[in-house]
Amino acid sequence: MSTEAPKGSVLVLGARSDIGLAVAHRFARQGYAIQLAARNCSSLAADCADIALRYGIAVTAHEFDVLATAGHEAFVAALPELPIIAVSAVGTMGKQDDNERDMAAAITDIRSNFEGPAIILAVLANHFVARGSGTLVGISSVAGLRGRATNYVYGSAKAGFTAFLSGLRNRLAKQGVHVVTVLPGFVDTRMTAGMDLPAKLTAQPAEVADAIAVAVSKQRNVIYVRWMWRYIMLIIRHIPEGIFKKMKI
Amino acid sequence: MKLSGWGRFPVSECRVEAVRCEADVLALIGKGDVIARGNGRAYGDSAANALCTIDMRRMNRMIAFDASSGQLTAESGALLGDVIDTFLPRGWFLSVTPGAKFVSLGGAIAADVHGKNHHKDGSFGSFVDWIEICGADGQVRRCSRTENADLFAWTLGGMGLTGVILRAAFRLRQVESGWIRQTLIPAVNLDAAMEIFEASQDATYSVAWIDCLARGRSQGRSLVMLGEHALAAELPRHRQSNPFDTGNRAKRSVPFDLPRMLLNSLTVEAFNDLYYWNGKRKAGQVLVDWDSYFYPLDALLQWNRIYGKRGFAQFQCVLPLEASKSGLTALLSAIADEGGGSFLAVLKRFGAQNGNISFPMPGYTLALDFPVSPRNLTLLEELDAIVLAHGGRFYLAKDSRMSRETFHRSEPRSDNFSKFRGNEDMQQHFRSAQSDRLGL
Ligand SMILES: Cc1cc2nc3c(=O)[nH]c(=O)nc-3n(C[C@H](O)[C@H](O)[C@H](O)COP(=O)(O)OP(=O)(O)OC[C@H]3O[C@@H](n4cnc5c(N)ncnc54)[C@H](O)[C@@H]3O)c2cc1C
Ligand SMILES: NC(=O)c1ccc[n+]([C@@H]2O[C@H](COP(=O)([O-])OP(=O)(O)OC[C@H]3O[C@@H](n4cnc5c(N)ncnc54)[C@H](OP(=O)(O)O)[C@@H]3O)[C@@H](O)[C@H]2O)c1
Repeated sequence: MSTEAPKGSVLVLGARSDIGLAVAHRFARQGYAIQLAARNCSSLAADCADIALRYGIAVTAHEFDVLATAGHEAFVAALPELPIIAVSAVGTMGKQDDNERDMAAAITDIRSNFEGPAIILAVLANHFVARGSGTLVGISSVAGLRGRATNYVYGSAKAGFTAFLSGLRNRLAKQGVHVVTVLPGFVDTRMTAGMDLPAKLTAQPAEVADAIAVAVSKQRNVIYVRWMWRYIMLIIRHIPEGIFKKMKI
Repeated sequence: MKLSGWGRFPVSECRVEAVRCEADVLALIGKGDVIARGNGRAYGDSAANALCTIDMRRMNRMIAFDASSGQLTAESGALLGDVIDTFLPRGWFLSVTPGAKFVSLGGAIAADVHGKNHHKDGSFGSFVDWIEICGADGQVRRCSRTENADLFAWTLGGMGLTGVILRAAFRLRQVESGWIRQTLIPAVNLDAAMEIFEASQDATYSVAWIDCLARGRSQGRSLVMLGEHALAAELPRHRQSNPFDTGNRAKRSVPFDLPRMLLNSLTVEAFNDLYYWNGKRKAGQVLVDWDSYFYPLDALLQWNRIYGKRGFAQFQCVLPLEASKSGLTALLSAIADEGGGSFLAVLKRFGAQNGNISFPMPGYTLALDFPVSPRNLTLLEELDAIVLAHGGRFYLAKDSRMSRETFHRSEPRSDNFSKFRGNEDMQQHFRSAQSDRLGL
């Protein structure tokens, strides 16, 4: 098993998530070394062993709390090497009715989907710029394309993150650093467990990972996972506000 | 959510809980009955429980590999196909593989699956060193031939009814290439096919495709396919430097349910003839890549949709050696008379079998598909009766419709299984739609 990775490393933030793990497997298969970052990262030991055994590459686990923004610079400095690709799969989706009553819950959703992921990618961006290369991938959501009564706290935070990624891409385009915005529709993960999702509109985590790998290699800017979502959201975004506000959607 | 097996019949409404680690499993035990579900490749209702079906697919980590013995330790949701992807490039292959690679390790153990080498090597369980399983009391036990040996013997082939398999250690076999040297032998009828099987006991792999619709003197005409793992030196020169690379097989999927009309017996007959004559022309030895050889159907993702929305039932029985000839003759006659048309019929010789409740026994096994229809369901009952009359039994991984009475008459072993399960408090805790239907 080689410890050196001629291809460099891929950092996965929120690595315990189903999507994050699928992304780690996908890039490990291509021969990248993998850095898994998550809260309580010692519980990822079995995943590290699995990925190392399957693909024969180096895997390391790193303690990471996206809300501890003051520590992000130190977190990056402590990585075994500066990654060539960094993917944020961090996010929380509290229950909308909790978020209406309990402001602390709403704040957690807003910070975990916007503030935290934006700041860690901003810190990484500066390091990538200094090096003159790298790709940043932010997993946002179609929920950020229009606020809906059923999950606008989550959706608005994702909207903020999407706008942040767009601006970051614009800034870094001339500096050799690429930014990919991922807007998945439904994905079959822990976040959606127990929801009765329509099978045709629901992607598997491995599909999201495949789409991300392709987007990184082809330098795509904004991707949807499962093409129908682009059109579904196009329609939803163009419903006039006067009608939209009365809809149950 | 709506759940069915690979045959898409029957469909039932089940609560499904996906687990990612041992703690997730333990949290579901003891709150009511459950059944584990692997990758849903069993045809019927063995991996469905309305109250709680535990989806093991996300608990699929590989844990350790010992390159001196070929022993792989993995979580039960790991797919056999992933094992091949990971280890074939290093010179290892599955010791036993069913005809589908999208099958989980847990499913392979719970059904104690057989492959084309059963006559020589036995079933999957022969290569399992130990199993860790979560019991009704929420305790995780390791079982093997020497430790909790009873639990081990009932878990192989126990269809998930002895607990939730968490992880297991099993041995891979060393191979020199990803290619199989296949020998194709046409057999003009059943007698000839059986003779070829009996004369080929030394072949590593043997299986026959059998034309169920041929009658009279050509009843049972077959194509017998023998196989050996090709040695590196047997490959064409340009393949020798990269013996495990067989290239990618293109995947095609069946996107829509085909109308049932397309599957009337005419279509099936035409298909059968084509296959037979095509095969006859290609008689002799060829090199076939492992994927096409072992998993001809997997290239057609979701091929189960060709049978349309109502789904299909698979029939697989095994007949004791001494009754095989008369039993197979009776089965083939009944099928041809009905003309209901089985798309795929597979004949294979089984060898010796260990285990308390595993399906195989020395003799011949016949497997075929039927689109679900009232007529075919009646035919299937006729076939059941023929198997019973010849002392045979049925494969639970394929069953979706057998009656309780048929099952108990075919399985004198089920009494002891029930006793064991009763003593261990398993009956209240591990149940599937199939075990309820069969009274297991
Ligand atoms: C095209 C095709 C070809 C096939 N060819 C063959 C063949 O040649 N030989 C053969 O033997 N079989 C064959 N099969 C059947 C298949 O190998 C078995 O049904 C196998 O059990 C499927 O595994 P699965 O992971 O999909 O399990 P599922 O279908 O999900 O479950 C099958 C059974 O295993 C139990 N189970 C699954 N995981 C666990 C676990 N972790 N703990 C406890 N119990 C568990 C379930 O409760 C259920 O009883 C074939 C199937 C298909 C679709
Ligand atoms: N599932 C969908 O339908 C869907 C649709 C569109 C977008 N997405 C997005 O896809 C991404 C991945 O989500 P998923 O579906 O795979 O669900 P998930 O398993 O819930 O993943 C979210 C991950 O974020 C991590 N996280 C939350 N707060 C954190 C914090 N303070 N510090 C560090 N990590 C934190 C979680 O870590 P812990 O494991 O420690 O809890 C978890 O691993 C998310 O951004 C999600 O919004 C999902």
